Amino acid sequence: MTINNLVQGGLYVALLIVLAWPLGSFMARLYEGKRTILDPVLGPFERLLYRVAGVKPEVEMNWTAYAGALLVFNLLGFLAVYSLQRLQHLLPLNPMGLGPVSPDSSFNTAVSFATNTNWQGYGGETTMSYLTQMLALTVQNFVSAAAGMAVLVALIRGLARRQVETIGSFWVDMVRSTLYVLLPLSLVLAVFLVSQGVVQTFRPSQTVTLLEPARDADGKAVTEQTIAVGPAASQVAIKQLGTNGGGFFNANSAHPLENPTALSNLAELVSILLIPAALCFTFGRMVRDERQGVSILLAMTVTLVGFYGFTASAEQAGNPMFAAIGADIGYGADHPGGNMEGKEARFGIAQSALWATATTAASNGSVNAMHDSFTPLGGLGPMVLMQLGEVVFGGVGSGLYGMLVFAIVTVFIAGLMVGRTPEYLGKKIEAFEIKMASIALLAPSGMVLAGTAISVVTTGGVAGIFNPGAHGFSEVLYNLSSASNNNGSAFGGMSTNTPFYNLLLGLCMLVGRYWIAIPVLALAGSLARKKAVASGPGTFPTHTPLFVALLLAMVVLVGALTFLPALALGPIVEHLMMTAAA
Amino acid sequence: MKDHLRPAFILLVLLSALTGLLYPLAVTAIAQTLFPREASGSLVMRDGKARGSRLIGQSFSEPRYFWGRLSATGPVPYNAAASTGSNLGPMNKALRDAALARIEALRAADPGNKAPVPVDLVTASGSGLDPHISVAAALYQAPRVARLRAMSVKAVEAMIGRHTTGRGLGVFGEPVVNVLELNLALDAGGGSER
Repeated sequence: MTINNLVQGGLYVALLIVLAWPLGSFMARLYEGKRTILDPVLGPFERLLYRVAGVKPEVEMNWTAYAGALLVFNLLGFLAVYSLQRLQHLLPLNPMGLGPVSPDSSFNTAVSFATNTNWQGYGGETTMSYLTQMLALTVQNFVSAAAGMAVLVALIRGLARRQVETIGSFWVDMVRSTLYVLLPLSLVLAVFLVSQGVVQTFRPSQTVTLLEPARDADGKAVTEQTIAVGPAASQVAIKQLGTNGGGFFNANSAHPLENPTALSNLAELVSILLIPAALCFTFGRMVRDERQGVSILLAMTVTLVGFYGFTASAEQAGNPMFAAIGADIGYGADHPGGNMEGKEARFGIAQSALWATATTAASNGSVNAMHDSFTPLGGLGPMVLMQLGEVVFGGVGSGLYGMLVFAIVTVFIAGLMVGRTPEYLGKKIEAFEIKMASIALLAPSGMVLAGTAISVVTTGGVAGIFNPGAHGFSEVLYNLSSASNNNGSAFGGMSTNTPFYNLLLGLCMLVGRYWIAIPVLALAGSLARKKAVASGPGTFPTHTPLFVALLLAMVVLVGALTFLPALALGPIVEHLMMTAAA
Repeated sequence: MKDHLRPAFILLVLLSALTGLLYPLAVTAIAQTLFPREASGSLVMRDGKARGSRLIGQSFSEPRYFWGRLSATGPVPYNAAASTGSNLGPMNKALRDAALARIEALRAADPGNKAPVPVDLVTASGSGLDPHISVAAALYQAPRVARLRAMSVKAVEAMIGRHTTGRGLGVFGEPVVNVLELNLALDAGGGSER
């Protein structure tokens, strides 16, 4: 860990919190139906949408109706993304003349984008037409993120309200998230990204004459370079802000036309965690106790900083093999050192490790460096962050609702210790709540472990592995963790664009999204019906350092108990082998 | 469920039009007005011909040019139509082989230079298109390029300085040298050829 890594990480976290606070207050006003500064511009348009769609914005839903609306909306979205891929060769805005996407890949991608995972089995510039990128993928980037925010807001209402059946209108929450939060922020970010050099054009690929001819695999001289371009900036902006992560280009935000400078990197990096962090403040506002939001944010931030330190140290220490063959892996003011395989020179170790941490803490999944080429421990950090259930910031909405599930389990465990009925924010936590919370916690972990086990004992699963030895096992474990927790980043060497993985990972993504979102909505409904109990001397306060520590311990304990054996077979054994070989 | 179909369908269509068509079109219009060069790929023109993009690296192996990062794209290195990293794990033999081959090539082109090679010069970038190398990696190659172009090392180092970008806001990222721009400048008469 160098001073350079510390300073870059510290400034990033400070900037994030400073920007998240005002956004959090804005969103609290928005979801409580109060007037916001954007009302004069967007209000009439919002009301028009409702009128055409036949939505009465003042009519609220109970939890089953809310869940039904979410499912129907996502199913239609899934069908749209699937169809657009299958038919893209017949549709306009396909200047490169790309053919239809295969059925299994289309299924995987449609699930992936509708569930806000944005796992990519395909390479963007060689697979998707501009129309597919825009009308299928960009649209889901917005609305799947908005759906996650809606479910969170419903849960917060469940905690804040007393003895009512309804938890809000899915349509209103989803539309408002899109119109007032995601769209304006994306517009600003996209224009800034273009100023840095991210492309935004409808022209086909550009061809240039190389300075020095290159040789292809057969030794033939190649004198030209074809540079894929496209309407990238508009998609990159929302894929960062909506914790989507699906890149326009195959190399995602490592690609210089998707993330060209240190400043574009900073802007994209802040965007990964901006809304998840801001929602903590929104939560505090809406439950009328800002300390509650701050304590959750604190738990998340402490975890983020710890994992950043761990990953940055591992990557800065680098791979001893390089030093042994005569390379300089030490840090210098003009030289990043460390493990630079799969990393861009302009980002170096600090910005790559910071991104890897943020993108897996959030369920973003975009990358600016190739995680498959990280050192064993450098790759372990991001892998564990996903396995913790994407609750350290997590996806927009989904991260905080996941963390609130952990908060409920934490007060339950604390209640068991003193033999008292637990309560959270004045709501009694009873058998039904704990059942729903347990389903939400266990389902994704089950998919990770079962999916990994199936993959490593079947031909279809083993066939995809790229790197030999323990690292190959890490690839499977990482990718199953990513899909099941709706992250979307990959150990990218593994060939996953096969029917086997397209279907298995598609299934994981579905479980990872809905086996949490639906129990959470059930929780919201059940909590909303309860009356509030006054806090007494036996109440466990949930805004204290003690609670933050206990919550953290719970998250880490559940993750460690579940995954330590599997991690020992992959990154841990590889680390021991790597250091022993040196 | 049936009550949900109509609002779900209509909202999906309207929001698709808004976020999938209007939004990217609006960004394109703004981008092409304010930043036309950047929005189109930051192409570098010489004598009316596009010789590359400022942001996309090219493959260099002639000793009189500065060399960039290794590139794992196929079928040629720096294939900007199909970006990718090597995805080689740290224990993979292919990773060692590629790094060793690069070190040997560097040493063969510059026999007197026994200094350790900056690690970014022996590793593949994440995109396979990295336009940059570290300042140390450029300085390491300066004596070789100077010798082959009959320039003083000082003059080459001054050119490296002119094509170096510092950290963002003085803090973020790493200082880097743009390899293509540096090589273009060398060809344009930074020094006579031999």
